[in-house]
Amino acid sequence: MKALRGLLAKEFRHILRDRRTLAVVVLMPVVQVILFGFAIRTDVKDIRLAIVDPSPDHVTLEIRHRLEASEAFTTVAVLRTTDPLDGLFQRGAAQEAIVFEPEFATRLDRGMPARVQIIADATEPNTGSTRQNYALSVIRTYERGLGAGAPGVHIVPALRLRFDPTAESSHLFVPGLMAFVLTIISALMTAISLTREKETGTMEALLVSPLRPAQIIVGKVLPYLAIGFVSVLLVIVEARVVFDVPLRGSLTLLLFEGTLFILVSLSLGMLISSRTSSQRVAMMGAMLGTMLPTMLLSGFIFPIESMPEILRWVSNIIPARWFVTIARSIMLKGVGLDYLWPQTLVLCGMAVVLLGLSTRSFRIRLE
Amino acid sequence: MSEGIAIEARELTRVFGKFTAVDHISLDIRAGEIFGFLGANGAGKTTAMRMFIGLLAPSSGTARVAGYDVYTESEKIKRSIGYMSQRFSLYEDLTIRENIRLYGGIYGLAKRDIQARSEQMLARLGMEQSADLQVRSIPLGWRQKLSFSVALLHRPRIIFLDEPTGGVDPITRRQFWELIYQAAAAGTTVLVTTHYMDEAEYCDRISIMVAGKIGAMGTPAELKRRFDAGTMDEVFVRLARPATGAGAGTA
Amino acid sequence: MTDAVVVEGLIKRFGDTVAVRDVSLTVRSGELFGFIGPDGAGKTTLFRVLATLLLPDAGSARVLGQDVVKDLWALRPRLGYMPGRFSLYPDLSVEENLRFFASVFGTSIEREYGQIEPIYVQLEPFKGRRAGALSGGMKQKLALCCALVHRPDILLLDEPTTGVDAVSRREFWELLARFKQGGLTIIVSTPYMDEATRCDRIALMQQGRLLAVDTPERITGSFDRPLLAVRSDQRYQALLALREYPYTHTIYPFGEVLHYTDQRTDLAAEPIQQELTAFLTGRGLGGVSAERIPATIEDSFMAYLGGAEAARPA
Repeated sequence: MKALRGLLAKEFRHILRDRRTLAVVVLMPVVQVILFGFAIRTDVKDIRLAIVDPSPDHVTLEIRHRLEASEAFTTVAVLRTTDPLDGLFQRGAAQEAIVFEPEFATRLDRGMPARVQIIADATEPNTGSTRQNYALSVIRTYERGLGAGAPGVHIVPALRLRFDPTAESSHLFVPGLMAFVLTIISALMTAISLTREKETGTMEALLVSPLRPAQIIVGKVLPYLAIGFVSVLLVIVEARVVFDVPLRGSLTLLLFEGTLFILVSLSLGMLISSRTSSQRVAMMGAMLGTMLPTMLLSGFIFPIESMPEILRWVSNIIPARWFVTIARSIMLKGVGLDYLWPQTLVLCGMAVVLLGLSTRSFRIRLE
Repeated sequence: MSEGIAIEARELTRVFGKFTAVDHISLDIRAGEIFGFLGANGAGKTTAMRMFIGLLAPSSGTARVAGYDVYTESEKIKRSIGYMSQRFSLYEDLTIRENIRLYGGIYGLAKRDIQARSEQMLARLGMEQSADLQVRSIPLGWRQKLSFSVALLHRPRIIFLDEPTGGVDPITRRQFWELIYQAAAAGTTVLVTTHYMDEAEYCDRISIMVAGKIGAMGTPAELKRRFDAGTMDEVFVRLARPATGAGAGTA
Repeated sequence: MTDAVVVEGLIKRFGDTVAVRDVSLTVRSGELFGFIGPDGAGKTTLFRVLATLLLPDAGSARVLGQDVVKDLWALRPRLGYMPGRFSLYPDLSVEENLRFFASVFGTSIEREYGQIEPIYVQLEPFKGRRAGALSGGMKQKLALCCALVHRPDILLLDEPTTGVDAVSRREFWELLARFKQGGLTIIVSTPYMDEATRCDRIALMQQGRLLAVDTPERITGSFDRPLLAVRSDQRYQALLALREYPYTHTIYPFGEVLHYTDQRTDLAAEPIQQELTAFLTGRGLGGVSAERIPATIEDSFMAYLGGAEAARPA
């Protein structure tokens, strides 16, 4: 009994005297609750809406007015035909479209069904059908208002999900999952590689040599880039074969973007480990720096639009956020570099910046 | 087991897979003796010691420590011996006093006894003023002497020291060996492993392990005579040369 | 003859600890120079400063005429550095390690074979073996080989023989002697006092300070009083007895004997011998003898550490 008490006392002392670990263990849950709480919002706002109204009349204008007035929607385009819609969806400029049948009000007056199509971009998780429901409810409310006066009013909404007729959740999920997994592994690999040299002592011998930091960093990143390429290939194969995720765009482009993304993650791992000598710290840093932000803020699970403004800004600096968009666009929308060049440029920029920072902060001496 | 024999081993062997770490060693260590277990790193000293202190079961052969069988009574052995290793001795983030109290508690000493012995120990080592400092902030030489004293806190009959004197200055090293002499003079049997050949001379008897076997055993004087050597270092060189040859590579 | 290393007023701190305290010395070209001292003496820190791996807090160091802080990129290719712990890749073979270090310095094993031959012939039978599977002695020889392969102008070897078996230690020093003959400046650190005699000059170091810098002979030669080796059948009792002896200045166990110095510096060895023998025999101890012996580096080191300290019990 005495021995046990002695052991308990010792353990408590260890815990209380290790301030750093204590801070992490106590504060982590607090931080995570805040992040998760704000990131997990299933209500949607500011849906980018395109309206196709071939023959505007008092009914369509009224409905349009109500949609515009609603907080949930932001009208981005008003069109006469459906032709531009494809481009808008592919670019991501529009997330939802309302297409009125011609002669809308006239048909209602005559007691005929007036059709309206509600099309939603289904490549964003959880939200395709939700967005449609928002539009739907606006229309239904209007209809009920009408019905009070005129019986037999009949608006027939047709819901269509763009890009994912079957709405298989794995199609949305898997591209995001690819980003999630690839970023963690890549950052981990370089973080461990650099700090392992420091811990085993081989770094000491390397430093007293003509090798410059840039050479050491490139020498470490390139081999892992090659391995990463293989990973990307295998993950894409997996997505196709096991989960049946379509690949409507160019495989070459996807491979290129995937490899670029790996480069960014490898550089991140390098940066994280350039200032520490402990493998353990590097590992934790790599995981915290990739896993949590990617899971919460990359749009992989929780839609970015639902987040408070500040988190939406933060998500812009998370590499995975850009690759998730790229992967989904290529695989599900079949989009090409002509639309994706901004995102690609962002990833390139991130790689350059991270590699540059790693080189700058690489310690050329032992302290 | 005969009276006056603290540690007894017959054909003691330990294998790890295909590798024989300890190869059929036999010895008798008398009570109150300072016995040195010498040999190069990897020769099997640490493995042999682990078997004696009950941390590792032998693969074959027999051994008795403090009268207890190493196979069946290892818990009793652990309670009757003290152990100090260079790799680990005390908890760095606990104070000197806390460490003493912890080990006292682990060995089941009464609070009164811990208190009394603690004060004695601190006085003897000259550490009363620093008793509330964390171990990480006291010098290496102090830590060694403290570890040794803590290992003796529960007055064991045998104490095992695994490479206890790494790296300290010559004076501190000798002060440490005086503590060993004191303990032996009081009747404690001391088994010490070291790769410092000059420390062999402080021992009553020594054994030199080479590739898992006992290459030579006896008093330092006997061994120097037998191998026609002036120092223990030379004894080792002459012993090791036929076994390894110049520039042999196997660990 | 130019100086290979010039250190002036060097100070290096780590937090509250002062690892190197105001160290000044010079090492001449072609010298085999040894730093002798236990753990915590500051040897590794000093070596790291010389190898351009650490920045001094105060003072300066010039190696091969270049400043370790400002000229670090010019200096690094000229240094052959062996860190205190095994610094090679355990999962690469002997040959792969050597090839890597040769390539990093822009040369190859083939080109430098003449330089490294004395060591490499010992390693060659094991060239396919993983470096992690080598014995301690072999690892150190490989590390030495890797440090030499690019023909450095100076070798900095931090505790190359620590933890290595006695046979390998001897072989290592024999190799060093060969390279020194070729004119290479070699700076070594070691905690083993007996290795001091193999150096041209040594520096005794303790807790960041230099206790003495000179040739081994002059250091032992300057031992200020007669040193006696006292022998007895009851070693520990003799030690305790001599602690109570009124004229004891220092008394230390040294293997089978005790090293004794007397407080009376003017007295010759013979009368001291007689007095001691009489005193110990009078205490009932057997097999007593006392004879004068020359001082070793260890004796000198301990004398520098503080004589008065030693007379007190542990």
